Amino acid sequence: MSVNERDPHTGHMLTGHEWNGIKELNTPVPKPVWIFLIAAFLFSVACWILLPAWPLGSTYTKGLLGTDQRDVVTEQVHNAAMARSVWTGKIAAMDYAAIRRDQALMTMVRQDGHRLFGDNCAACHGINAMGGKGYPNLIDRDWLWGGDAETVAQTIRAGINSSDENTRVSQMPSFGRDGMLDGKAIFAVSQYVLSLSNPGAVKGTPAETLRTGAKVFADNCAACHGPKGLGDHAMGAPNLTDNIWLYGGDAQTIYTTIYDGRHGEMPAWSPRLSATDIKILTLYVLDRGGPPQ
Amino acid sequence: MVSGLTIGERQGAIVILVLLAVIGTIMAAAAGRTGDPMSVHGFIVLLFSLAVLAVVFWGYYTPAPDEGRLKSYYDDPSKAGIIIAMIWAVIGMFVGDWVAWLLAYPDLTFDAAWSSFGRLRPVHTTGVIFGFGGNALIATSFHVMQRTSRARMPDQLSPWFVLVGYNLFCILAVSGYLLGITQSREYAEPEWYADIWLVIVWVTYLVLYLRTLARRKEPHIYVANWYYLAFILVVAMLHIVNNLAVPVSYAGAKSYSLFSGVQDAMTEWWYGHNAVAFFLTAGFLAMLYYYLPKRAERPIYSYRMSIVGFWGITFFYMWAGSHHLHYTALPQWVQTLGMSFSAMLLIPSWIAAANALLTLNGAWHKVRDDATLRFMMMAAVFYGLTTFEGSFMAIRPVNSLSHYTDWTIGHVHAGALGWVALITFGSIYALVPWLWKRERMYSLKLVEAHFWLALAGTLVYVFAMWNSGVIQGLMWRTYNESGTLAYSFVDSMIAMHPYYITRAIGGLLFLAGALIGCYNIWMTIRRPAPVAESARWDAPLPAALQPAE
Ligand code: HEC
Ligand code: HEC
Repeated sequence: MSVNERDPHTGHMLTGHEWNGIKELNTPVPKPVWIFLIAAFLFSVACWILLPAWPLGSTYTKGLLGTDQRDVVTEQVHNAAMARSVWTGKIAAMDYAAIRRDQALMTMVRQDGHRLFGDNCAACHGINAMGGKGYPNLIDRDWLWGGDAETVAQTIRAGINSSDENTRVSQMPSFGRDGMLDGKAIFAVSQYVLSLSNPGAVKGTPAETLRTGAKVFADNCAACHGPKGLGDHAMGAPNLTDNIWLYGGDAQTIYTTIYDGRHGEMPAWSPRLSATDIKILTLYVLDRGGPPQ
Repeated sequence: MVSGLTIGERQGAIVILVLLAVIGTIMAAAAGRTGDPMSVHGFIVLLFSLAVLAVVFWGYYTPAPDEGRLKSYYDDPSKAGIIIAMIWAVIGMFVGDWVAWLLAYPDLTFDAAWSSFGRLRPVHTTGVIFGFGGNALIATSFHVMQRTSRARMPDQLSPWFVLVGYNLFCILAVSGYLLGITQSREYAEPEWYADIWLVIVWVTYLVLYLRTLARRKEPHIYVANWYYLAFILVVAMLHIVNNLAVPVSYAGAKSYSLFSGVQDAMTEWWYGHNAVAFFLTAGFLAMLYYYLPKRAERPIYSYRMSIVGFWGITFFYMWAGSHHLHYTALPQWVQTLGMSFSAMLLIPSWIAAANALLTLNGAWHKVRDDATLRFMMMAAVFYGLTTFEGSFMAIRPVNSLSHYTDWTIGHVHAGALGWVALITFGSIYALVPWLWKRERMYSLKLVEAHFWLALAGTLVYVFAMWNSGVIQGLMWRTYNESGTLAYSFVDSMIAMHPYYITRAIGGLLFLAGALIGCYNIWMTIRRPAPVAESARWDAPLPAALQPAE
């Protein structure tokens, strides 16, 4: 094949190379390509002149703009904190009741609390704070540990059965596994517990069993759950009469709870979250539960 | 298969396989004493070598090939490579779609460790990149290097060693992830012994390629070969440096990288981005440069653009890796360099894409009628789109929005599905009839159907991820009047849900296309309709035979 062959379709010359039938045109690189290449190079040169760019031994060219990503971030974080301090300062200074009366401040709490709760608490308590099995509903006004603001804040700060030295400690003993009660007694007391909130569910149960259950309860459970089963905030022991269940209120689950015991855990959030953040979360949780009583 | 090997090569294969079986036994025994999962890999190596050994023995007494073989190209490894590539395609894409559904419905893990997202994801990436892509590259490179050099490969054993050895690596990689064996380096997850094995295989590959080129009967080396060579050479370099590690014990899988901290991150992304460059771009550009002009029967638009494109791509890519680490502990000057070189990289990338599309001048009617050529054309279009997007995303302020979001996933898949997979399918549809000497594919309608499924799947996938990525990026940076972020991470997860479902459907379409492709290829091979010798697609080998070795 001649080097001077011309491709009839494009009118360009061929290079004369051929590989298994593939030929090449000798088309020059179009001008715009060079223009773009030069433009991209100029853009790069501008970046190199303005920004930190080329290493020089143990240092580097700092760039005419004199920016540095660390300084930029530090400054941005500082400025954001300053802007927020307008209202976070008030949160830190005022008491809970006063803040809850201040609608403007509560708007901030709701906005910030939504994000804080979503990023830190929702994994266990659910995005709506309504909990799930083993994780309490935080907006039903039924509290394990008590619902006044300082108590809730303390729960969040120190956690429950956590590694923090001030942690709240609670334990539902495993009466069956540890051999404190036999199966019959556990069955009886579980039926009794069921009858406290749901008398209809134990219609078929012999009165004798319920009486035994009541006795077992008085002997073994009342110390924590109270003589009437109304619970005790000091022990973190739930109210058993209200049809609000942490682990479940059917006969089988109650039996399992008593047999195996329960040991809920919640991590401590101080110092991971700042005191103000914990205050905001406390307000947020209480606010989600409805207006102050 | 074995009948193509000389008696000496058959004996060589047996020696290699027995050695491998011994190594497997030692691995199994040594690691078995401590209960290390590497022992499972020992058994896999043993079984693998015994299985291949059985194949060699099975064909051992077939007559040795005569000198006449030297008059033709050696294509058996390419045929096997294409079939293996399609099998990996189905496995890799199936697992990919599985993890896509897993992201939409995270509970679908059967409570088993092996089926968690963290273990399945690398099965997907390794399956499609190394299994599908790698085997397709090896198979086509064997085909192209012989044709464009007008020379037969120097021997019959080393191509098989490369292909079979490479697949042993892939099997070790994928099974390791399920067992929990991983270096936790993205796209370089396999542990030290698998890495060493790949080095041996890869060096053999490089030597084989160079030996074939050295025997070439053409005065010049064609562009496709430049790209294949760059692919082989640079991947060797990347693989060795990024995988430098010290095993905790020779009887165990665990190793620790030689790098730590920010150097480690930089090495990993120097590797990661150049894997994109030299594995997923250079190698597939080689395919594009051979199969597209061949199928279109048009000359390459511009030899000069080929040159500028090649050197631009190979030079600029080397610097771009740090754009994966914008706004991290990596010093800012490295980020600036990564950003600026990524911007310049756009020009040679577009030169390559434009050169391919302009080659179709005078063949656009074929693009309309021939789905195989359309696969390749569409691949070049996606190549252009993806490289534009990549350079754009490398600009720091843009990256601050796109980074860590699904936009990155969308970008990768525009490249992986739209560019890499489409050019591979196009090349395979061109190559299968040539290799098996058939007039054409079994069903052109099915090729057409595959094309539209693949295109639809890619578009659905990419648009879903663009949407979800930009929404994520915006949600993560939206502030409200209290001066804090408006959305929690969970809020953004909930917003992603519909897009995850859409993406999984896109993936399903793409997988369906690949399955149709498998069926079509299978039927093409099974239904012999050989073409006349005169209508072959290869120029004959030069009359002067190379002496047998
Ligand atoms: C790892 C899971 C987990 C996370 C995360 C978590 N909690 Fe808890 N939380 C629990 C469990 C479990 C309990 C109940 C413990 C018990 O049995 O007493 C609890 C109890 C509480 C209580 C006491 C409820 C009551 O009735 O007295 C409050 C208040 C609370 N959590 C708030 C929060 C807040 C605010 C956050 C986020 C900063 C949070 N929790 C994060 C698991 C978690
Ligand atoms: C040492 C104090 C203590 C004693 C004694 C005790 N409990 Fe509990 N009980 C708890 C605590 C604390 C919890 C909450 C556990 C948690 O949140 O993980 C609990 C939880 C329960 C629950 C689950 C409530 C729900 O909402 O799911 C039931 C039912 C229960 N106790 C029944 C009993 C019965 C019956 C007995 C006597 C046999 C008993 N408890 C004795 C402390 C006690």
